[in-house]
Amino acid sequence: MFVLGKNEKLISVTLLATLVVVGCGGGDSSDSAGSSSAASEATVMENPVDPSTAGNISGSVAFEGSAPAMDAIDMSGEQVCADKHSTAPMLQTVVVNDNGTLSNVFVYVKEGSAIEGMQFPTPSAALLDQDGCVYTPHVMGVMVDQEITIRNSDGLLHNINASPTEQRGFNTSQPFNMETSQDFGTPEVMVPLRCDVHGWMTAFVGVVNHPYHSVSDGSGGFSLSTLPEGDYVVEAWHEQYGTQAQTVTVTAGGTTDITFTFSADMANAVVPMRTPIDPHDHPLVTDHQ
Amino acid sequence: MAIWGGVAFALSLAMMPLGLGALQEDEQLGKVTYDRWCSECHGVDGDGTGSAAGYMLPRPRDFTLAMYNIRTTASGDLPTDQDLLRAINMGAPGTAMPAWDDVLTEAEKQALVQYLKTFSRFFPLDENPVPLVLGSPTGVSEEVIAEGRGQYEAIECWKCHGDQGRGDGESAATLMDDTGFPIAAADLTENWFFNGGADVEDIYRALRTGLDGSPMPNFSDVLNAGVMTDEELWAVAHYVRSLAPEDTPGISEVVLAKLLTEGAELATSFDDQAWEEIEGTYIPLVGQIIVKPRWFDPRVDGVWVKAMHNGDDISVLVSWSDPNNSPDPLWSDWKSQVTRIMEPREAADNEIDAAPDQLVVQFPMQMPEGMERPYFLKGDSRRPVYLWEWKSDRQTALEGEARGVGTESFQDEGQDVSVKGMHSDGQWQVVFTRPLLTSDENDLDFITGEAIPMSFFAWDGDNGESGNQGSLSSWYFLLLEEPTSTKVYVAPPIAMLIAGALGFFIVRRVQKREMESFRS
Repeated sequence: MFVLGKNEKLISVTLLATLVVVGCGGGDSSDSAGSSSAASEATVMENPVDPSTAGNISGSVAFEGSAPAMDAIDMSGEQVCADKHSTAPMLQTVVVNDNGTLSNVFVYVKEGSAIEGMQFPTPSAALLDQDGCVYTPHVMGVMVDQEITIRNSDGLLHNINASPTEQRGFNTSQPFNMETSQDFGTPEVMVPLRCDVHGWMTAFVGVVNHPYHSVSDGSGGFSLSTLPEGDYVVEAWHEQYGTQAQTVTVTAGGTTDITFTFSADMANAVVPMRTPIDPHDHPLVTDHQ
Repeated sequence: MAIWGGVAFALSLAMMPLGLGALQEDEQLGKVTYDRWCSECHGVDGDGTGSAAGYMLPRPRDFTLAMYNIRTTASGDLPTDQDLLRAINMGAPGTAMPAWDDVLTEAEKQALVQYLKTFSRFFPLDENPVPLVLGSPTGVSEEVIAEGRGQYEAIECWKCHGDQGRGDGESAATLMDDTGFPIAAADLTENWFFNGGADVEDIYRALRTGLDGSPMPNFSDVLNAGVMTDEELWAVAHYVRSLAPEDTPGISEVVLAKLLTEGAELATSFDDQAWEEIEGTYIPLVGQIIVKPRWFDPRVDGVWVKAMHNGDDISVLVSWSDPNNSPDPLWSDWKSQVTRIMEPREAADNEIDAAPDQLVVQFPMQMPEGMERPYFLKGDSRRPVYLWEWKSDRQTALEGEARGVGTESFQDEGQDVSVKGMHSDGQWQVVFTRPLLTSDENDLDFITGEAIPMSFFAWDGDNGESGNQGSLSSWYFLLLEEPTSTKVYVAPPIAMLIAGALGFFIVRRVQKREMESFRS
């Protein structure tokens, strides 16, 4: 137990922390803990966007150059999983579609004054499945506080090890057919997930505080719907080829078409993820001089 | 509530000047303590990149991530102050992190805990992490341990930790921590190396919290999902505890070679029943860091030794944990990573080619007069050593001699020592057998009742170990039991203990000096 002097200090620390939060505006004190109550409140919230003044963005992700050959996954140690694949399962680092487009690109609104400060209802749970010892989907987007149902459809041991840097991660085991619910309380593009039991299993979750996110599909397409009219910065993220952004104008009732183009020579791009934290670049309780 | 809150607020306002002053003082003490004792490994900025960090695997904790293995809180939650204090006090056995219990004052430790938290942006958000309610252990019995074994199989602990718990599961070769460095699955038979404690409560806590930052997940969600009961999880903890000896092996200086009774057969194989009658002696090994190329990441951290003789021949059984039989293609990535990241990178490229596992048993070439034994690192010109060398890619053992590191030479023929080795379930078991007396004048004669100096060198080829890069022990003694009364070996063990303690002291001093010299 603490002596009295220590208590005094603790109280001061708590007070200082309070002052820091209040002093910073106290707007976003979200963290992953305790977000479920926020989520249930949010589900009754109405969408603040007036559909009559809203428009859409749709487009596709083109790929130039020759598609890199992906390594086949050796699943011989997990016959249950191997049997679920009719063709040899391959790593999903780069998936170039038959029509020459690129899959698994996370496309989202990075900036947009028209939606700044808007509170959006939290959608129902998103599903991340482990089926055949691969994550489905490999790349997904969710909103802050949106539940992610993590399902084990294989009935053998997986662990889900999330290592974000903007917030706390988790590492949970699923030795049986079961589901676990998780959520992220702070926007972060992207949160990497891995299974340590099966070193090839990786997934990425983009967490944003609005519903305007999408992942390019098997034909390279994506869409962001019902945006208030205005100008937006739309960013596209790929785990191997990095990010690129465009400014897009959305008009009421219109659909703006855009195309992102990634190419094989971007393979050494810096992929923004798990940015190293500068220990001096964050407010500290003890930063009081 | 509101009233109390108001009172607390007013109180804290009143105390503010005092509290602030004390806080600054504490922070100052925390910083001074940290800079002096912690920064060399953990870095002045707390990011785990101190000047000595490259010599360590696992790397020192990066405090900016606030990911802590050992906590009482849920996976993803921050540790409590008590958790941090415990880590400081206990250290992390099996890693370079020492225990600071007796080094720092209470005030320094408390200040350090607060200072560590300032490296991360996460602590201010969540001032009071709440420990999990872990309950108390269930009773233990053979049935419980059997139940635990069943659960160990069902929840697939063996995927990483191996069927017999020696860290040799099929996923072990690809494990990485959150900072991308290779990390070994814990060898559950060596609970004295468990970070966070060796007891069943500690094991259960690790299962519930997971070891954040490492591949070890939490099993609380499994309980919450109702697919496993708390009792079953306690059974797993009891089973894991049962994999290690009941008591942590003490340092015994003497391996007693049991004299077999008339007519009993000398064991010449690892699977001989006769070994079960003999208690093993645990001998700790450390990385070779005296001569270049040095090795700071030894896989083999101890060997168990048993010996027996029948008056004509002696057999010595050496067993140790090693996840695989090197070289193994499954472990080639592990090997290349380890050799790439481990400082001080003094080995030539050809020294890190595919290599077998190896063991060398060392004796003096002649019994020393008095207490003086050969230099423990392969002797010197005045006091040469006599060696038994075993390699996993060879069916025979070689006898050899050395007069210092790099002078080892092995006999091509006329071998008097035979060997049988087997790798299974993450363990090597190697039996050497030799006549007590040989006709070769370079072979040491084994005389009953004499305290014969003996030491060990071990290499895990797939951990990047060969040549000087491996692990070694200091001198111990092999004592062949005499047929006569017990009186005769009352005095020798006492002498041995003294000599052993002296030897241990010298080894530690040399190592310490070496550590200091590379740091400076």
